[in-house]
Amino acid sequence: MARLRGTGIAAVNYPTGMNLGGDPSQALIHATTSGSFNVVLAAADLGQGLRTVMAQIAAETLGVPYGQIVIQTADTDTGPHDMGTFASRATHRVGNAVKAAAIEAREAVLQLASEELEVSIADLVLDGRGGIQVAGSPQKRRDIADLASRAQFQYGRTIAGRGVYMKPKSDVDPETGAMDPDSTQAYACTVAEVEVDTETGAVAVLSIRSAYEVGQQVNPALVQGQITGGAWMGMSHALYETTEPCYPSRDHSPKDFAGYLMPGMAELPIIEAVVLEVPSSNGPYGVKGVGEMTANSPIPAIVNAIYHACGVRVDSLPVTPEAILRGLDALAQGKGAA
Amino acid sequence: MASVVVAFELGGRPVEVLVSPLATLQQVLRTQLGHTSVKDGCRQGGCGSCTVLLDGEPVLSCLLPVEDVAGRRVTTLEDLTPVDGLTTVQRAFLDANGFQCGYCTPGMELVTKALLERNPAPTRADIAEALSGNVCRCTGYVPIIAAVEAAAAAGSAAAVVASEGATR
Ligand code: FES
Ligand code: FES
Repeated sequence: MARLRGTGIAAVNYPTGMNLGGDPSQALIHATTSGSFNVVLAAADLGQGLRTVMAQIAAETLGVPYGQIVIQTADTDTGPHDMGTFASRATHRVGNAVKAAAIEAREAVLQLASEELEVSIADLVLDGRGGIQVAGSPQKRRDIADLASRAQFQYGRTIAGRGVYMKPKSDVDPETGAMDPDSTQAYACTVAEVEVDTETGAVAVLSIRSAYEVGQQVNPALVQGQITGGAWMGMSHALYETTEPCYPSRDHSPKDFAGYLMPGMAELPIIEAVVLEVPSSNGPYGVKGVGEMTANSPIPAIVNAIYHACGVRVDSLPVTPEAILRGLDALAQGKGAA
Repeated sequence: MASVVVAFELGGRPVEVLVSPLATLQQVLRTQLGHTSVKDGCRQGGCGSCTVLLDGEPVLSCLLPVEDVAGRRVTTLEDLTPVDGLTTVQRAFLDANGFQCGYCTPGMELVTKALLERNPAPTRADIAEALSGNVCRCTGYVPIIAAVEAAAAAGSAAAVVASEGATR
């Protein structure tokens, strides 16, 4: 009986979004009387930070401070259509829609500025701090919040923008079999270290270390949060979470947190990651997606590390102590495919 | 059964509530007293999201009939949060990104406060032990541990300043 250590590796490529059936997101933006901008979405923030990154994208595009953006989400009665928050699609799809809507709203502000300053739109630049100025003449300046407010009371105009992004439906070419199956690919590779106790069958994960390539990061702290949480979820899926086994019958399946197992703080491995940025060609400011994929590669990396440690090759999840002990028995009897 | 009046202290102020017998403290805090930082994750003692402090100690309010807190001191995150600004523990969670959806956060922060009062310099094992009843589905716990450690460090720095002030 021993504690055996092993190292496993696994990689993932992740095709951001739902690519095969037509995948649209929309955004509407309008300026309020206070000069802030409301961004109206039906897309939901699950806690991953959608509101934060959408506000960053809108602020960047409109050239106003982050605090001047108000994000309204998750009401399908009042928001424009969205396919939803899943498949790591929101930053890419909704972000593209927000950027397009912000560009249209920005055009309306620029139009007003060009009339007041009596120059053509082509001669105007955004200063990124909430102002519009004539290129080369910083004293000829208008405040965007001010313009947006006066648009309503002085000019009787709207400052608004509509945005949509859609990955079109892709059919298989019957002649060639070709199709366009994805929008953009994010990549990751994970190395996991485990220790297997051959007496109890228990597996301890010692470390989960990954490298990610996720396009341009809008918010690196939120990306790190996704990666760390995803590593834990992958470990949980690999070793703990299941509605099975339920001996002796289904009535005994887990119904609460006492029966449905997940690793806690005491079981945490070292979780580390590095992130490379290679901008995508079609995401807003070059983003890809980083969400779901963070829980993918840790799972096969852990299972491969178990194989490396003790020779037991498990092909169904979770890898329970029972599965390890049965695998070790099979190996001992010479039946295992070591 | 007839409703009963229960009197206790909430955030330093006396409150009286008219409740059905066996109403939980969680229900009463959320629906009658508006303290929605007290979350409603499982209602069976498994997740820690409903944690409140009872006479300074963390308890699961979903398992506690409100009659049991008669005459005692209840504290929620609403009670601790300054009108302007944040507590040391809240600041540490914010700086460490110790949450994503935030559903576990009030429970995590109250348990952390109670832990640091009892043990100002906890080890990782102490932290894991104290927070073992609090489930987080989002963060992988790593930034939560970092937040507790940062809150402990900030607390001991403040204590040093305070004691230096006192000896002067
Ligand atoms: S709601 Fe009380 S422990 Fe989950
Ligand atoms: S932050 Fe979502 S449950 Fe902890």
